[in-house]
Amino acid sequence: MNAVLPFFLDHIWLIPMFPLAGAALMFFIGRRLSNAAASAICVGSVGVSFVFALGAFFQLLGMPEGQRVAEKILFEWVPAGPYHMTSGSVTSFVADWGFLLDPLSAVMILVVTGVGLLIHIYSTGYMANEGGFYRFFGYLNLFMFSMLMLVLANNLLLLFVGWEGVGTCSYLLIGFWFKKKAASDAGKKAFIVNRVGDAGFLLGIFLTSALLGTIRFTEIGPALVTAHIAIGAPLITAIALLFFWGATGKSAQIPLYVWLPDAMEGPTPVSALIHAATMVTAGVYMVTRSNAIFQLSPLAMSVVAIVGAATAIFAASIGVVQNDIKKVLAYSTISQLGYMFLGCGVGAFTAGIFHLMTHAFFKGLLFLAAGSVIHAMSGEQDMTKMGALAKKIPTTYRTMLVATLAIAGIPPLAGFFSKDEILEKAFERSPALWVVGWITAGMTAFYMFRLLFMTFHGESHVDHDVEHHIHESPSAMTIPLTILAVLSIIGGWIGIGGRFEKFLEPVTASMGAPEIAAEAGKAPALLLMAASVLLALGGIWLAWMLYIKRTDLAAAVRRNAGALYDLVAHKYYIDEIYDAMFLNRSKDLGSSLGMFDAKIIDGLGVNGAAWLTRAISLVSMWWDTWIVDGSVRLGAFLVELASFPIRLIQDGEMQEYMLIIVIGLIGFLGYTVYLLHWMR
Amino acid sequence: MLPVSHYIYLSLALFIIGVIGVLTRRNVIIILMSIELILNAVNINLMAFSRMWGSVDGQIFAIFIITDAAAEAAVGLGIIIAFFRNRPTVLADEMDLLKW
Repeated sequence: MNAVLPFFLDHIWLIPMFPLAGAALMFFIGRRLSNAAASAICVGSVGVSFVFALGAFFQLLGMPEGQRVAEKILFEWVPAGPYHMTSGSVTSFVADWGFLLDPLSAVMILVVTGVGLLIHIYSTGYMANEGGFYRFFGYLNLFMFSMLMLVLANNLLLLFVGWEGVGTCSYLLIGFWFKKKAASDAGKKAFIVNRVGDAGFLLGIFLTSALLGTIRFTEIGPALVTAHIAIGAPLITAIALLFFWGATGKSAQIPLYVWLPDAMEGPTPVSALIHAATMVTAGVYMVTRSNAIFQLSPLAMSVVAIVGAATAIFAASIGVVQNDIKKVLAYSTISQLGYMFLGCGVGAFTAGIFHLMTHAFFKGLLFLAAGSVIHAMSGEQDMTKMGALAKKIPTTYRTMLVATLAIAGIPPLAGFFSKDEILEKAFERSPALWVVGWITAGMTAFYMFRLLFMTFHGESHVDHDVEHHIHESPSAMTIPLTILAVLSIIGGWIGIGGRFEKFLEPVTASMGAPEIAAEAGKAPALLLMAASVLLALGGIWLAWMLYIKRTDLAAAVRRNAGALYDLVAHKYYIDEIYDAMFLNRSKDLGSSLGMFDAKIIDGLGVNGAAWLTRAISLVSMWWDTWIVDGSVRLGAFLVELASFPIRLIQDGEMQEYMLIIVIGLIGFLGYTVYLLHWMR
Repeated sequence: MLPVSHYIYLSLALFIIGVIGVLTRRNVIIILMSIELILNAVNINLMAFSRMWGSVDGQIFAIFIITDAAAEAAVGLGIIIAFFRNRPTVLADEMDLLKW
C-alpha cells in the first residue's frame, strides 16, 4: 500500500481515537460537567467516528474490487527479537500499532459506530435520571474505543488489546450499579468466564506466531501458503480450536455462555450495545478474520458448526420458559450467536457476518425497546406482571413488533435473509445441522412472540400503582428505536442477489488458503426458505394460541411437562453444575491452600523460625546479662570499692579542703627546706 | 633602710593570720576578707623583692593581684548573695551540699 490513500482511509486510526478522547474527558473532568455537556461530548465523539467510518467505507467502495484493503501502520509496537519457529527457521516477532480496513472491518466499524451512536443517543434519555451519568458515558466511550480497536487492528495482538478492552468495559458496565450485589457479582462472573476463553485465544496467538512467524492478518494467508501446511495438520487445528475457545468465551457459546444471562444486571443500553449488538459478536468477527486458518482444519470447522448449532437450540429452549424480559432476550442473543457460528462452521463466513449485522440491528432494537418498556413500567422486568401495553406505549410496541418479526425470520425483514442464508449453507454441508437450525428458528419465533404477547397483548397484569406511571419514552429514546426499526426492515436487502457476499468475498477467499471443496451440491433454496417461513409462522401461531387465545393451555402444558419444564426453567442446572464442578472445587482448593498457608507456612515456617529465634535470643540474653554486663558491673564495683576511703575526704566542708591544702603546702615547704639544707 | 627580711616577716605574719582566718572563721564573708589578707601578704612579698632587685616586675605583678582581688571580691560576694537567696545562711560549715 505505497500509493497515497484517500483522506478517510489514511485516517482510519482516528476512528477509535475520538471515543477514547471522549472517555478521557469524562474520566478527568466529567464530574464537573453537566449531564447535557457530558452527553454532547460522548455522543459527539461517536458521531464523528461514525462520519469517519462512513467516509472510509465509501472511499473503500471507490477502490477497484479485489484491492479493497487499506493498511495504516502508525508505529512498531512490540519489536521483539528473533525466535525459532516450529519449522526451525528464525524470524523476528513484530506487532504494530496498525490499522487495517478491508470489507470485513468496514462492515464492522459501520455496525459498531452506527448502532453505537444510536444507543448513545438512547442512553441520554434512558440514563437521564441515574447517578454517575458521566461515568456511564465514559465507560461507553471507552467501550467504543476498545471495540473499534478490536475490529480495526491489523494484527492478532492489537486485536487482543481491544478484545481485553471490551471485556473490561463489559465488566465495568455490567457492574455499573455496583451497590447492587447481583450486579457486581454478574460483572465479576462475566470477567472471569471471559478470562477462561481469553487464555485459549492468547495461547492460539502464541501458536500462530510460532507456526507462521507472523500475526499480521495480511501476512497470515500468504504464510499459510508458503509454509505448505496440509489440510487438517494438527498444529493448524490446534490454533483454530484455541481461537474458537476464545470465541466461545467472548461470544457466549457452550460451554462458556453462562455469563451472558447474568450480564443483564447492567443498564439496558449496555445490554443492547455490548451484550447484543457488538462485543459478543467479536468472537464471530475473530473467527471470520482468521478464516484462512479455520478453512485448513475441517475438524475445527465441524466443532464450530456443531457447537454453534447446539448453542442455538439449547439457548432457545431456555428462552422459551424465561419470564424476565431481558433474560429472554439474553438467551435469544446466545441462540442467534450460535447461528452465526453455525454459519462460520459450515464455511459461510459471509453469512455469519451478514447475520451479525442484521442481528445488531434487530437485537439492539429489541433490547432498546425492552428498555423502553422497563422505563415505562418503572423498572419492572417480569413479563407476568405486564400485558396490554400496546396502546399505552405505541411507538415502543410498533418498533418491537418490527424487531420481533425480523428475528422470527418473516420476509422481507432483515432476519429472514441472513438466517435463511445460514440455513441454506448449513443444509449444503449437512441436513442434520439444518434441522437443528430450522427447529431453532421455530422456537425463536415462538419465544419472541410469547414475549411480545405477554408484554403488549392480552389482559393487563400490571400492579395498580405502576399503572398510573406508564408513559411513552422521550424522543431521545424513540428516535433511535425508529431508526433501528427501519434498519431491521431494510437491512437484509443488501444481501439480495449475493451482493453482500461478493463485497466480503476478498476477505473470506483471497487469503491464499485453498478452500475446502463443497461436498454437497446446491441446496433446494426455495424449498428451505418456505420451510423456515412456515415453521416461523407455526411458532407465532402457537404463541398466539397459548398466550392470547387459550391462556389456560399454557398453564396446562407447564403442568403436564412436569420434570422437563423444571429442568428447562432451571436452565438445565448448568450454573449449579458449574458451581459444583469448578467454583466449589476452586473454593476447596483455596481453602486447602489457605490451610497449608496457616498450618505449614505460618505454623511450621514462620512461627517455628520465631520460636527458634526466641530460644537463641534467650541464651544470648543470659550471656549478655551475666557475662558481658556482669564483667562491666564487676569493674564498676571494684572501682567503687577502691574509691571508698578517698571519697570520705570530699564531705562538702570547704574549710576542711582548705586545711588539707595548707597541710599539703606546709608539707611541700618542709620537703623543699629539707632538700635545700640537710641534703646539701 | 630596712632589710628585706623584715618585709618577709610582715608578709609571713599577714599570711598566717589570713590562713588562720580562712580555717577557723565560719562566716564566708570573713573568709573572703581573710583571703584578701593572704593576697596582700603576697603583694608585700612581691614589693620587697622588687625593691631589693631594683626591678619593676614585682610591682606589675602586685597591680595584677590587686585587680584580681577586686574581681574576686565582686564575684565572691555575688556568689554569696545568690546562695543566700536559696539558703538563708552565710556559714561555711553549713554549705556542704557538694559532696560525694
